[in-house]
Amino acid sequence: MTGLPFDLQLLNLCAALLLLVSFAMLTQRRIVNLVNLLAFQGTLLLVATLLLAWRTGQRHLYLSAVLTLALKVTFLPWMLHRLIRRLEVYWDTEPLLNISGTMLVGLLVVVFAFGLAQPISALASTATRSSIGIAIAVVLLSFITMITRRKAMSQVVGFLSMENGLFFGAMSATYGMPMIVEFGVALDVLVAVIVLGIFFFQIREQFDSLDLHHLESLKEGATVAQADSIVEDS
Amino acid sequence: MRTLDLITQVLEIIAALAVAPLFVGWINQCRAWLQNRRAPSLWLPYRGIRKLFHKDAVIAERASGLFRIAPYIVFSAMVLAAAIIPSMGTALPFTTAADAIALVGLLATARVFQSLAAMDIGTAFGTLGARREMMVGFLAEPALLIVIFVASIISATTALPAITENLATQHLALYPSLAFSAIAFTLVLLAENARIPIDNPSTHLELTMIHEAMLLEYSARHLALMEWAAALKLFNYACIGFALFVPWGISTSEGTPLTLLASIPLLAGKLLIVGAGLALVETVSAKLRVFRAPEFLATAFLFAVLGLLVHLLLGA
Repeated sequence: MTGLPFDLQLLNLCAALLLLVSFAMLTQRRIVNLVNLLAFQGTLLLVATLLLAWRTGQRHLYLSAVLTLALKVTFLPWMLHRLIRRLEVYWDTEPLLNISGTMLVGLLVVVFAFGLAQPISALASTATRSSIGIAIAVVLLSFITMITRRKAMSQVVGFLSMENGLFFGAMSATYGMPMIVEFGVALDVLVAVIVLGIFFFQIREQFDSLDLHHLESLKEGATVAQADSIVEDS
Repeated sequence: MRTLDLITQVLEIIAALAVAPLFVGWINQCRAWLQNRRAPSLWLPYRGIRKLFHKDAVIAERASGLFRIAPYIVFSAMVLAAAIIPSMGTALPFTTAADAIALVGLLATARVFQSLAAMDIGTAFGTLGARREMMVGFLAEPALLIVIFVASIISATTALPAITENLATQHLALYPSLAFSAIAFTLVLLAENARIPIDNPSTHLELTMIHEAMLLEYSARHLALMEWAAALKLFNYACIGFALFVPWGISTSEGTPLTLLASIPLLAGKLLIVGAGLALVETVSAKLRVFRAPEFLATAFLFAVLGLLVHLLLGA
């Protein structure tokens, strides 16, 4: 460790904090905090990208840093906050598993991800190859976040955090994806969030709730679910 | 063994015994300031202990020998722990006898005897406190052990002085793993010393108390020893924290009397800062419901394990 240059140490710190933020998301009950954590994750990603760009001298990484700043740090959190205000959903329901249980499952997933990443890291030649495990862990933890939440809002945040994990993975394994792919993914995410935002209103119009549980029942059952949800929400 | 080492050893034990109540007094004072109250005297804990030593002990009829002997066992366990934690110097003759894992065991012994003594009388409160204490203990202990493992892996030894010396003399580097462990350790410290998110040290409200519930049946010298031991425990935890995470300024094995002298004001400064910090944490946070305590300690465990995993993956 003592041999590592300082910027690599900072990169490692960013990676460790990314992992921590994923856990914080996993255990967060309030949706407003969840969005703030997403913004913080984006900021960490931005710092990591800039550090890597400065270290390797890869120009296109600066471009993707700008993209991260515009989209992940600024626009998406702002958009989500606006949605929260307009939909008036400040609280998530209790996650399906209790918090301590979720944490333990998360830890097991991290161990699994680190094991999975070991052969990949051994083959990679980048300076940041050791963070590949963390990137995989972030992706898997976001999966769990999506699985254990009922509300549509938190699932979208989980989805965005997963994209952040993938981005970080690509960065650590190969210093970023080709620019065209990155733009494509960014556009996809942007459109997805906008479309999902419209979806939220539709879902709420139909069921008076953002609980995705209601979507599982067939049409005949929908009226029953609707009645249930009105009782639950009131 | 040098005479200086022996002096360091004796000095550390005396300092721990003498300063522990003062440290508690300092925390109480800071807390009172932060809460806009008039602060009690710094010397109040000493006066309390002296007063208790002058009183006659009242012991319940059904009490067994265990109840009488427990304060002495708990107190001596804490003194022994103070002897093997490097607070001023790392060249301590006693520490060859016990490493960091034995230290955790020593703290656990004290906890077991305290809980057994609380259950011994058979009152409802004692049993309640003992059960809660054991619940907190069994959740906090793994976290504490993993925190120690992280530092042990970095220094490739489980001997606390060697870990401290290694970390103190090493080239300065960013250790995310140690930062995570430090957070985990702080949470464990709060839980284990009956501080606010888990227990409130200054209340006797039946439904929430843990530590105080166990001491309800004690009086006079027994109570004095128990309270002194609690102060020592807090002091010990603070010193473990210094030894693992801010070891700078400690007198190493090549130390001279001068470095030993220099380490004393440094230790005092660290204690002042940590005491104020603890008071701040206790002022800004609310006490958790007892059923939320596992969540709190699971967070500590999570931080500790994340530290370990991050260290194994990144080598940092």
